[in-house]
Amino acid sequence: MQITVKLFATLRTNRFKAENREYPEGSTVLDVANDLDIPKEELAITMVNGIILEPETVLQDGDTLSIFPPVGGG
Amino acid sequence: MGSVLGKVLRVNLTTGAISTEELSAELSKAFIGGRGLAGKMLADEIPAGIDALSEENKLFFVTGPLTGTAAPTGGRYMVVTKSPLNDVIASSNSGGFWGAELKFAGYDLLVVEGKAKEPVYISIKDDQIEVKPAGHVWGKNTNETTDMLLEEFGDPKARVANIGTAGEQLSRIACIMNDRWRAAGRSGVGAVMGSKNLKAIVVRGTNKVDVADPDKFKETVKEVMQKIKENGVTGQGLPAYGTAVLVNIINEAGIFPTNNFQTGVFNKADEISGEAIAEKYLKKKDPCYRCPIACGRYCVVDGEEGGGPEYETVWAFGSDCGVSDLKAIIKANNACNEVGVDTISAGATIAAAMELAQRGMVKSDELNGGPELTWGNGQAVIEWVKRMGDKEGFGKKLAMGSARLTEAYGAPELSMTVKKLELPAYDPRGLMGHGLQYATANRGGCHVRGYMVSPEILGLPEALDRFSLDGKAEWVKIFQDLTTAIDSSGLCLFTSFAFGADDYANLLTAATGNTYTAEDVLAAGDRGFNVERLFNLQEGYTAADDTLPKRLLEEPMPEGPTKGHVHPLDKLLPKYYEVRGWDAEGVPTEDKKKALGL
Repeated sequence: MQITVKLFATLRTNRFKAENREYPEGSTVLDVANDLDIPKEELAITMVNGIILEPETVLQDGDTLSIFPPVGGG
Repeated sequence: MGSVLGKVLRVNLTTGAISTEELSAELSKAFIGGRGLAGKMLADEIPAGIDALSEENKLFFVTGPLTGTAAPTGGRYMVVTKSPLNDVIASSNSGGFWGAELKFAGYDLLVVEGKAKEPVYISIKDDQIEVKPAGHVWGKNTNETTDMLLEEFGDPKARVANIGTAGEQLSRIACIMNDRWRAAGRSGVGAVMGSKNLKAIVVRGTNKVDVADPDKFKETVKEVMQKIKENGVTGQGLPAYGTAVLVNIINEAGIFPTNNFQTGVFNKADEISGEAIAEKYLKKKDPCYRCPIACGRYCVVDGEEGGGPEYETVWAFGSDCGVSDLKAIIKANNACNEVGVDTISAGATIAAAMELAQRGMVKSDELNGGPELTWGNGQAVIEWVKRMGDKEGFGKKLAMGSARLTEAYGAPELSMTVKKLELPAYDPRGLMGHGLQYATANRGGCHVRGYMVSPEILGLPEALDRFSLDGKAEWVKIFQDLTTAIDSSGLCLFTSFAFGADDYANLLTAATGNTYTAEDVLAAGDRGFNVERLFNLQEGYTAADDTLPKRLLEEPMPEGPTKGHVHPLDKLLPKYYEVRGWDAEGVPTEDKKKALGL
């Protein structure tokens, strides 16, 4: 299935900003993170189609997954 | 001796009287210091119903017990006064070095009263205090004024707080700038200085701030420094990208206000993000006094240098005006700092003007030859900020803020304000707790009085469903109380990403010699918050003012991940009043006041 993966802040270093990528059916957020060598502690905020969901969430074809390291501001 | 010096400096500009007095130890303990303490003193000292720009108003420049100590981020001070923007209690927080310097000079706070006949500035060199003529810097921008007064003062280590031309012209969104790039930004506090003919305060202190228990304090500072280092936000995210790292997160959630809150999705967000700033224009980090976080940016664009921009500024001149030109945003930020206007209010007011123009209500022939107010016009945001210090014309109209501007065109519903204060960079239609906090913050539409974005988006201290109403009233109350306490302590609010109430209690106990528990810290915050509420009620505010712009209550978000949502404020407010110990009209009950010792 096709997943649009968007990475932000330090996660872009040596990776990419946004890519359409192919993953097997049933893949979770965590599977994508593992595929991209993103350690779990860097997985601070994960959004699927703009909604914050747990890393265990199973993705659907056509989803947009946005991954942020720990960030904040005001 | 503890870190509270117990000394108030009072300068009356009408009479020229300069005096010092003892700070009430009882008030100091009960309110911690800073925002809470000065709020109580202001409420006690000024009569109800005065014109905020009259001689009767007072300006409190107040530090906290941790200002000027070795506690991380201990450089904060606050300006507390009656706001000329909305007549509520104003309390604008700023960083940099000025606050710590006031403490080194020997004062917990400076109170400025009355009105000078001619432009003046106050010069403080430890116990040598003078009121000096400022006619030669009146009309100068904040950088020129800083340069000239530092030279005159004769000590490059002195620190300058001052107003630009906007404050002189009594712009109700004028700020007070200190250390060139730091601002006591919101609520028009710069206009209060202008109304008193007070251009600047130059301060130099050569004393050290002692703490009550040096060993315990040192040990506690070491502990909390470790927390800042280990926390992902304060240890990595903010140092690397500054506050503008939020641009992409908030946009991905579909709550990045765009075109004056007409939508929450900005397709060019990445072009104006913290990542883009770091890649293209960042020259160095620009930390405040004793700050290990160092979120402050310092950028160079076309040879023009300056501090910032912050997330809020990027948003205000960026997506809120439809602008994706990062260079223009940085230049508009510099212009704000020089003219001396609050970046949030300035950008949001230009955005409101752009919507007035979109609807044909502001016509081109009113613009005195200035740039067209069309969405995305980068040149317009720079040029119109520069004109906010003008004595007449459309720039002068903008400098009155969004509420007065839209009112003048018969379209107040286009003002994205709460209690006339321009809302910041998060659309509450996708943040239920944060929207409640906007509606109830004592200074009006503000994000840093109970930053619910933290649990609702960033997952700190724990993740909350941003669309759920469950428990949000309770969360908002605790966040508001803790924030009041932090604003009273002299530390930066950003420490709260890494600290809990017990950390502030431990630091305050070791520094002041008064014993504070986590409960005491929250109670002091609750007390300070209620003093502000009572001030506002006395000024005629009611529960009806605890609201949000109609657009956010009634028009569903048109697109993106927050599509279809409005903010259901009426479902949250009654519970919030109950949790606060207020009656159904939002008035603190007698029992509540008694419990807080008010």
